[in-house]
Amino acid sequence: MSEQTPTSAAAARGPLAMEAIAVSKDFRIGRGHTLHAVRDVSFNLYRGAVVALVGESGSGKSTAARLLAGQERLTSGTIRLDGKQVDVSSRADFRRYKSEVQYVFQDPFSSLNPVHTVRYHLERPVKLHQGKDAEIDQEVVSLMDQVRLTPAQQFLAKYPHELSGGQRQRVSFARALAARPSVLLADEPVSMLDVSIRLEMLGLLDDLRKRFSLAMLYITHDIASARYFADEILVMYAGEIVERGPAEEITQVPAHPYTQLLVASAPDPDNLGSALRGGGRRQGPALARPQNLDGAAAQGCPFNPRCPFADDLCRREDPALTQISDTRGAACWHLDVAAPQLVSGPRGGGDAKAI
Amino acid sequence: MSADPTPGSAVGRADGRTLDRETHRTISAAANPAVGSSLAGAASSSSPVLDIRDLSIVYRTPSGDVRAVDHINLALGIGEVVGLAGESGSGKSTLAYGACRLLRAPALVTNGSVIYRGRRVTKPADILKMQPDELRRLRWREIAIVFQSAMNALNPVLKVRDQLLDVIHAHLKMPRDEARERAASLLDLVGIPRSRLRSYPHELSGGMRQRVMIAMALATDPEIIIMDEPTTALDVVVQRDILAQIVELKDRLGFSILFITHDLSLLLELADRIAVMYAGQFVEIATSDEIHREAAHPYTRGLLNSFPSLRGARRELVGIPGSPPDLRNPAPGCPFVPRCGYARPQCRDVDMQLLPVATSKDPDHVTACPFVLPDTPAPPVPSVASGNPTEKPGT
Repeated sequence: MSEQTPTSAAAARGPLAMEAIAVSKDFRIGRGHTLHAVRDVSFNLYRGAVVALVGESGSGKSTAARLLAGQERLTSGTIRLDGKQVDVSSRADFRRYKSEVQYVFQDPFSSLNPVHTVRYHLERPVKLHQGKDAEIDQEVVSLMDQVRLTPAQQFLAKYPHELSGGQRQRVSFARALAARPSVLLADEPVSMLDVSIRLEMLGLLDDLRKRFSLAMLYITHDIASARYFADEILVMYAGEIVERGPAEEITQVPAHPYTQLLVASAPDPDNLGSALRGGGRRQGPALARPQNLDGAAAQGCPFNPRCPFADDLCRREDPALTQISDTRGAACWHLDVAAPQLVSGPRGGGDAKAI
Repeated sequence: MSADPTPGSAVGRADGRTLDRETHRTISAAANPAVGSSLAGAASSSSPVLDIRDLSIVYRTPSGDVRAVDHINLALGIGEVVGLAGESGSGKSTLAYGACRLLRAPALVTNGSVIYRGRRVTKPADILKMQPDELRRLRWREIAIVFQSAMNALNPVLKVRDQLLDVIHAHLKMPRDEARERAASLLDLVGIPRSRLRSYPHELSGGMRQRVMIAMALATDPEIIIMDEPTTALDVVVQRDILAQIVELKDRLGFSILFITHDLSLLLELADRIAVMYAGQFVEIATSDEIHREAAHPYTRGLLNSFPSLRGARRELVGIPGSPPDLRNPAPGCPFVPRCGYARPQCRDVDMQLLPVATSKDPDHVTACPFVLPDTPAPPVPSVASGNPTEKPGT
């Protein structure tokens, strides 16, 4: 499969930082049951570029990020940082790895310790990752400057409950930067914040990406924000990457039926009154409601129970990610029906794999 | 009505009022929902089901009163969806909860009245003056609430069925087996399989929990449902599905919705009318179409410019820099001045009266900003320190 992986749209931005190669993660749940949270996922992160991982809750996008962060053991596959295979088995290795790869959590209300001040939250990673000799005070103030919590002195003595949601998330950005990482894994960094300050926070992240040439993984369920923020979008469904490609292309001409559903579901003010008001779901995508609310199919394409194009082939075999163009790929047997404008030439369902 | 197993089914009762209500429902549930909503629209202008007048609510703190809701007027028509939009801390939840007397100290209602005119009650009554037993009859039976976080609002140690039965028994007189049947049919209504009656909340996905919350709100066939960010924690596909379902149920059952959210893009698709709230005051009220096409107030414009759009050309997105003001010592005039790109010295003298927008054909389109009109050109982007997310270096 990896030989068919399209070139990443993020590659133009900078040197390769991190590679996930055929990464999988299974969780054992109960007696004899296994949940395949991440299945055979491959992608690269490049310095100074943003790759967005888009999918609904339970699609495995956070697990993928936790694997990259070294928080979970891989079931199979390889992760490389700067060309070297990642090994976090010893404490020292893990700490060294953490100083390169940092994680920003979704919920700034629970990711900061309520009994510690902002100063404490920032001093600790500075001491840990930059050594005892670092000019700690100076470093902390400069971190606060970088995330624009100014004047720093006014915020340092405050506790998390004294800050607004946006300010808290700035603190968690600063905490991640304290390690001077090369890779930042941002797990829904703005989805708990007000719509009106999301843009400012994404703007800040974008600014940090440029300034520190960060390789960034942006996890979100909001494909519209990925359009503006990311270079490449990977769409995940039930642990698999079902579509990947440049952000603008994917959002404008989605190929996979699931991506089409995501795009159709985003609130769209320019589509006033058509879908929701006065008409229920008559005009909504016909595929909106999964037959089985509990999730993906056990066999075949995981999306087949919700897919309008599903047939016997889809219920029997899981399609591999196939290349559509130099930078795009999708895992669907029926791309010729789902996205005829992207796939040229007539093609039967069965030989879609053979490009 | 109380013995009716499925909400909205047109079964006549001895009680004349109930019959009226059912007749109305039959009309609005008829094949053409547009007829129902236009009827409701006409009714809303004459006698709103909920009429909030000059309501003020403060939070008493040692360092002074926080004026969370400041002389607010809002009417909710029958079958109408009114959206309440604003950032966290703008007072939108305080307004809705205060109107139902769900706030406790240090919150204090200092002024105003909330007139409720349900079809089941004989004459209009002021909720703020009700006695405890009247309130008990009003709550949930007439006005139900879908709370923001379904995980916290459901009881983790009770099965879904028991929680639904709890609501039914508390507010309706109904034999046990009938109540059980009603609990099951409520789940049908929101699209959850009946087998889930025996599930605990932690066994349900976020979307299903929110559906259970909606089923609970529908259990007593209320006149008004207040929805406090019901879909904020959900992802877009589930969110859309649930919103579509809410609209469908509303058309079928004829209740009114007060929908609270910080996401204006949702309201544009969902609500009939939108009231934009900032620092405890309304800054603009208009129909969704008017807000979308001809937003007048700079804050509304800011909200409209805050969300990335999937379709069409990539727009310049600016968001709203800064954060809401401290409501303890409000500066005179318009509270939005520090964040406003259009601000001018006279803004400090603005009295925040809602006046019709001069250029609008709709006399009900009102704004608190006397200077900015829908056709006022956008100001230069305020010097936000943040980088612009639309900008892509190197391209």
